Amino acid sequence: MKIKEVLEVIDAELLTKPEHMERQVLSVCGADLMSDVLAFTKAKTLLLTGLTSIQAIRTAQVVDLAGVVFVRGKRPSPEVVEMANEEDLPLLVTHHPLYETCGKLYTCGLKGCSEL
Amino acid sequence: MTARGTGALMSVTYEIVAGDFVRAGEAASKLKRVLQQLGLDPTIIRRAAIATYEAEMNIVIHSYGGHISVDITCDSIEILCEDSGPGIPDIEKALQEGYSTASEDVREMGFGAGMGLPNIRRSADDFSIESRIGQGTRLQVRILHRAGE
Repeated sequence: MKIKEVLEVIDAELLTKPEHMERQVLSVCGADLMSDVLAFTKAKTLLLTGLTSIQAIRTAQVVDLAGVVFVRGKRPSPEVVEMANEEDLPLLVTHHPLYETCGKLYTCGLKGCSEL
Repeated sequence: MTARGTGALMSVTYEIVAGDFVRAGEAASKLKRVLQQLGLDPTIIRRAAIATYEAEMNIVIHSYGGHISVDITCDSIEILCEDSGPGIPDIEKALQEGYSTASEDVREMGFGAGMGLPNIRRSADDFSIESRIGQGTRLQVRILHRAGE
Protein backbone atom coordinates (compact mmCIF):
# COMPACT_ATOMS: atom_id res chain seq x y z
CA MET A 1 0.00 0.00 0.00
CA LYS A 2 1.26 3.50 -0.77
CA ILE A 3 1.50 6.30 1.80
CA LYS A 4 -1.22 8.24 -0.05
CA GLU A 5 -3.63 5.30 0.47
CA VAL A 6 -2.59 5.04 4.15
CA LEU A 7 -3.47 8.74 4.55
CA GLU A 8 -7.03 8.11 3.41
CA VAL A 9 -7.56 4.97 5.49
CA ILE A 10 -6.49 6.57 8.79
CA ASP A 11 -7.55 10.19 8.04
CA ALA A 12 -3.94 11.34 8.36
CA GLU A 13 -1.98 14.36 7.26
CA LEU A 14 1.49 14.15 5.67
CA LEU A 15 3.99 16.38 7.51
CA THR A 16 6.94 15.85 5.17
CA LYS A 17 7.68 16.25 1.44
CA PRO A 18 4.79 15.66 -1.02
CA GLU A 19 6.83 13.04 -2.93
CA HIS A 20 6.54 10.79 0.15
CA MET A 21 2.94 10.12 -0.98
CA GLU A 22 4.24 7.52 -3.44
CA ARG A 23 6.29 5.51 -0.90
CA GLN A 24 5.42 1.85 -0.48
CA VAL A 25 4.51 0.29 2.89
CA LEU A 26 4.90 -3.49 3.30
CA SER A 27 3.89 -4.00 6.95
CA VAL A 28 2.87 -2.12 10.09
CA CYS A 29 4.03 -2.04 13.72
CA GLY A 30 2.46 -0.20 16.66
CA ALA A 31 4.95 0.58 19.48
CA ASP A 32 6.19 3.25 21.86
CA LEU A 33 9.32 1.35 22.85
CA MET A 34 12.12 1.98 20.38
CA SER A 35 13.99 -1.18 21.40
CA ASP A 36 10.92 -3.20 20.37
CA VAL A 37 10.92 -1.42 17.02
CA LEU A 38 14.61 -2.28 16.59
CA ALA A 39 14.00 -5.91 17.54
CA PHE A 40 10.82 -6.73 15.66
CA THR A 41 10.29 -4.57 12.57
CA LYS A 42 11.34 -5.41 9.04
CA ALA A 43 12.40 -3.16 6.19
CA LYS A 44 9.62 -0.92 4.80
CA THR A 45 7.54 -1.20 7.98
CA LEU A 46 5.29 1.72 8.89
CA LEU A 47 5.59 2.58 12.60
CA LEU A 48 2.52 3.82 14.48
CA THR A 49 3.57 5.51 17.72
CA GLY A 50 2.81 8.15 20.31
CA LEU A 51 6.51 8.98 20.64
CA THR A 52 7.31 12.26 18.89
CA SER A 53 10.94 12.62 20.00
CA ILE A 54 13.98 12.77 17.74
CA GLN A 55 14.71 9.16 18.73
CA ALA A 56 11.67 7.98 16.73
CA ILE A 57 13.36 9.41 13.61
CA ARG A 58 16.76 7.93 14.49
CA THR A 59 15.19 4.54 15.10
CA ALA A 60 13.34 4.73 11.78
CA GLN A 61 16.56 5.57 9.99
CA VAL A 62 18.51 2.73 11.63
CA VAL A 63 16.02 0.03 10.59
CA ASP A 64 14.80 1.54 7.27
CA LEU A 65 11.20 2.12 8.27
CA ALA A 66 8.76 3.14 5.51
CA GLY A 67 7.52 6.01 7.65
CA VAL A 68 6.23 7.05 11.07
CA VAL A 69 2.60 7.82 11.98
CA PHE A 70 2.03 9.84 15.15
CA VAL A 71 -1.28 8.81 16.71
CA ARG A 72 -3.75 10.61 19.01
CA GLY A 73 -3.04 13.84 17.11
CA LYS A 74 0.42 14.24 18.66
CA ARG A 75 2.59 16.55 16.57
CA PRO A 76 6.38 16.50 16.56
CA SER A 77 8.45 19.68 16.86
CA PRO A 78 9.56 21.51 13.67
CA GLU A 79 13.11 20.21 14.34
CA VAL A 80 11.88 16.62 14.20
CA VAL A 81 10.01 17.27 10.93
CA GLU A 82 13.09 18.95 9.46
CA MET A 83 15.27 15.99 10.41
CA ALA A 84 12.77 13.57 8.83
CA ASN A 85 12.84 15.58 5.59
CA GLU A 86 16.65 15.48 5.64
CA GLU A 87 16.56 11.72 6.22
CA ASP A 88 13.86 11.36 3.53
CA LEU A 89 11.50 9.70 6.03
CA PRO A 90 7.71 10.20 5.64
CA LEU A 91 5.94 11.49 8.79
CA LEU A 92 2.17 11.38 9.23
CA VAL A 93 -0.18 12.47 11.97
CA THR A 94 -3.66 11.10 12.68
CA HIS A 95 -6.14 12.03 15.40
CA HIS A 96 -7.13 8.35 15.85
CA PRO A 97 -5.67 6.48 18.87
CA LEU A 98 -3.12 3.69 18.39
CA TYR A 99 -5.48 0.73 18.53
CA GLU A 100 -8.01 2.20 16.11
CA THR A 101 -5.26 3.22 13.67
CA CYS A 102 -3.81 -0.30 13.75
CA GLY A 103 -7.27 -1.80 13.18
CA LYS A 104 -8.09 0.42 10.19
CA LEU A 105 -4.85 -0.51 8.43
CA TYR A 106 -5.10 -4.20 9.33
CA THR A 107 -8.61 -4.51 7.91
CA CYS A 108 -7.29 -2.98 4.66
CA GLY A 109 -4.89 -5.90 4.31
CA LEU A 110 -1.64 -4.53 5.76
CA LYS A 111 -0.02 -7.26 7.86
CA GLY A 112 2.05 -7.11 11.03
CA CYS A 113 5.83 -7.67 10.96
CA SER A 114 5.49 -11.18 12.43
CA GLU A 115 3.15 -12.26 9.63
CA LEU A 116 5.48 -11.54 6.72
CA MET B 1 34.53 10.35 13.13
CA THR B 2 38.11 9.41 12.38
CA ALA B 3 39.26 6.82 9.86
CA ARG B 4 42.36 4.74 10.58
CA GLY B 5 44.54 2.75 8.25
CA THR B 6 44.94 -0.74 9.78
CA GLY B 7 44.67 -4.30 8.51
CA ALA B 8 40.95 -3.73 8.36
CA LEU B 9 39.24 -2.68 5.11
CA MET B 10 38.11 0.34 7.05
CA SER B 11 38.11 1.55 10.65
CA VAL B 12 36.04 4.31 12.18
CA THR B 13 35.73 5.74 15.70
CA TYR B 14 32.84 7.75 17.08
CA GLU B 15 32.99 9.73 20.32
CA ILE B 16 29.81 9.39 22.38
CA VAL B 17 28.81 12.19 24.76
CA ALA B 18 26.97 11.27 27.95
CA GLY B 19 23.49 12.74 28.27
CA ASP B 20 23.38 14.14 24.70
CA PHE B 21 19.99 12.81 23.62
CA VAL B 22 19.80 15.04 20.55
CA ARG B 23 22.88 13.50 18.96
CA ALA B 24 22.29 10.01 20.35
CA GLY B 25 22.01 7.66 17.39
CA GLU B 26 24.30 9.68 15.11
CA ALA B 27 27.12 7.15 15.34
CA ALA B 28 24.79 4.31 14.30
CA SER B 29 23.47 6.41 11.39
CA LYS B 30 26.99 7.26 10.21
CA LEU B 31 28.17 3.67 10.53
CA LYS B 32 25.19 2.53 8.51
CA ARG B 33 26.15 4.86 5.65
CA VAL B 34 29.75 3.62 5.73
CA LEU B 35 28.58 -0.01 5.51
CA GLN B 36 26.20 0.87 2.68
CA GLN B 37 29.04 2.52 0.77
CA LEU B 38 31.09 -0.66 1.22
CA GLY B 39 28.22 -2.57 -0.39
CA LEU B 40 27.53 -4.98 2.48
CA ASP B 41 24.37 -7.08 2.62
CA PRO B 42 21.38 -5.05 3.96
CA THR B 43 20.55 -7.64 6.65
CA ILE B 44 24.15 -7.46 7.94
CA ILE B 45 24.05 -3.64 7.88
CA ARG B 46 20.77 -3.72 9.80
CA ARG B 47 22.23 -5.96 12.55
CA ALA B 48 25.33 -3.76 12.87
CA ALA B 49 23.23 -0.58 12.98
CA ILE B 50 20.88 -2.00 15.65
CA ALA B 51 23.76 -3.20 17.86
CA THR B 52 25.58 0.13 17.52
CA TYR B 53 22.45 2.19 18.17
CA GLU B 54 21.57 0.28 21.35
CA ALA B 55 25.19 0.45 22.57
CA GLU B 56 25.28 4.15 21.80
CA MET B 57 22.07 4.74 23.78
CA ASN B 58 23.54 2.79 26.72
CA ILE B 59 26.64 5.01 26.73
CA VAL B 60 24.52 8.19 26.48
CA ILE B 61 22.10 7.04 29.21
CA HIS B 62 24.33 5.28 31.74
CA SER B 63 27.98 6.37 31.36
CA TYR B 64 30.09 9.49 31.71
CA GLY B 65 31.02 9.22 28.01
CA GLY B 66 32.89 6.86 25.75
CA HIS B 67 33.58 5.82 22.21
CA ILE B 68 32.58 3.24 19.63
CA SER B 69 35.32 1.91 17.34
CA VAL B 70 34.42 -0.23 14.37
CA ASP B 71 36.80 -2.32 12.25
CA ILE B 72 35.36 -3.68 9.04
CA THR B 73 37.44 -6.60 7.77
CA CYS B 74 36.92 -8.82 4.73
CA ASP B 75 34.72 -11.19 6.74
CA SER B 76 33.51 -9.37 9.86
CA ILE B 77 32.38 -6.15 11.48
CA GLU B 78 34.06 -5.71 14.88
CA ILE B 79 32.31 -3.18 17.11
CA LEU B 80 34.11 -2.14 20.30
CA CYS B 81 32.26 0.11 22.76
CA GLU B 82 34.15 1.50 25.74
CA ASP B 83 32.91 3.94 28.32
CA SER B 84 33.99 5.41 31.60
CA GLY B 85 31.23 5.34 34.15
CA PRO B 86 29.69 3.58 37.10
CA GLY B 87 29.90 0.12 35.46
CA ILE B 88 27.28 -2.63 35.63
CA PRO B 89 27.00 -4.30 39.08
CA ASP B 90 25.22 -7.43 37.83
CA ILE B 91 25.81 -8.25 34.15
CA GLU B 92 23.63 -11.38 34.26
CA LYS B 93 20.68 -9.25 35.35
CA ALA B 94 21.44 -6.55 32.78
CA LEU B 95 21.29 -9.18 30.05
CA GLN B 96 17.77 -10.25 31.06
CA GLU B 97 15.02 -8.87 28.86
CA GLY B 98 13.01 -6.27 30.75
CA TYR B 99 15.63 -5.47 33.40
CA SER B 100 16.50 -1.77 33.41
CA THR B 101 17.90 0.87 35.73
CA ALA B 102 17.03 3.76 33.38
CA SER B 103 15.18 6.82 34.65
CA GLU B 104 11.61 7.80 33.83
CA ASP B 105 12.93 10.56 31.49
CA VAL B 106 14.78 7.97 29.43
CA ARG B 107 11.70 5.73 29.29
CA GLU B 108 9.65 8.64 27.96
CA MET B 109 12.01 8.76 25.00
CA GLY B 110 11.18 5.13 24.20
CA PHE B 111 14.30 3.59 25.73
CA GLY B 112 15.15 2.02 29.05
CA ALA B 113 12.77 -0.92 28.62
CA GLY B 114 15.49 -3.42 29.41
CA MET B 115 15.91 -4.56 25.81
CA GLY B 116 19.20 -2.87 24.92
CA LEU B 117 21.77 -5.55 25.78
CA PRO B 118 19.43 -8.41 24.73
CA ASN B 119 18.96 -6.67 21.34
CA ILE B 120 22.72 -6.25 20.96
CA ARG B 121 23.32 -9.91 21.80
CA ARG B 122 20.61 -10.98 19.34
CA SER B 123 22.27 -8.96 16.55
CA ALA B 124 25.74 -10.38 17.22
CA ASP B 125 27.56 -13.53 16.11
CA ASP B 126 29.98 -13.03 19.02
CA PHE B 127 29.26 -10.89 22.04
CA SER B 128 31.27 -10.15 25.17
CA ILE B 129 30.90 -7.64 27.95
CA GLU B 130 33.14 -6.72 30.85
CA SER B 131 32.44 -4.11 33.45
CA ARG B 132 34.32 -2.69 36.39
CA ILE B 133 32.43 -0.90 39.13
CA GLY B 134 33.41 2.76 39.29
CA GLN B 135 35.47 2.52 36.10
CA GLY B 136 33.37 1.60 33.10
CA THR B 137 32.18 -0.98 30.62
CA ARG B 138 33.68 -2.61 27.56
CA LEU B 139 31.42 -4.31 25.04
CA GLN B 140 32.61 -6.24 22.00
CA VAL B 141 30.37 -7.35 19.16
CA ARG B 142 31.35 -9.31 16.08
CA ILE B 143 29.06 -9.68 13.09
CA LEU B 144 30.23 -12.00 10.33
CA HIS B 145 29.76 -11.15 6.68
CA ARG B 146 31.26 -11.99 3.35
CA ALA B 147 32.35 -8.87 1.49
CA GLY B 148 31.07 -8.48 -2.04
CA GLU B 149 28.47 -11.27 -1.83
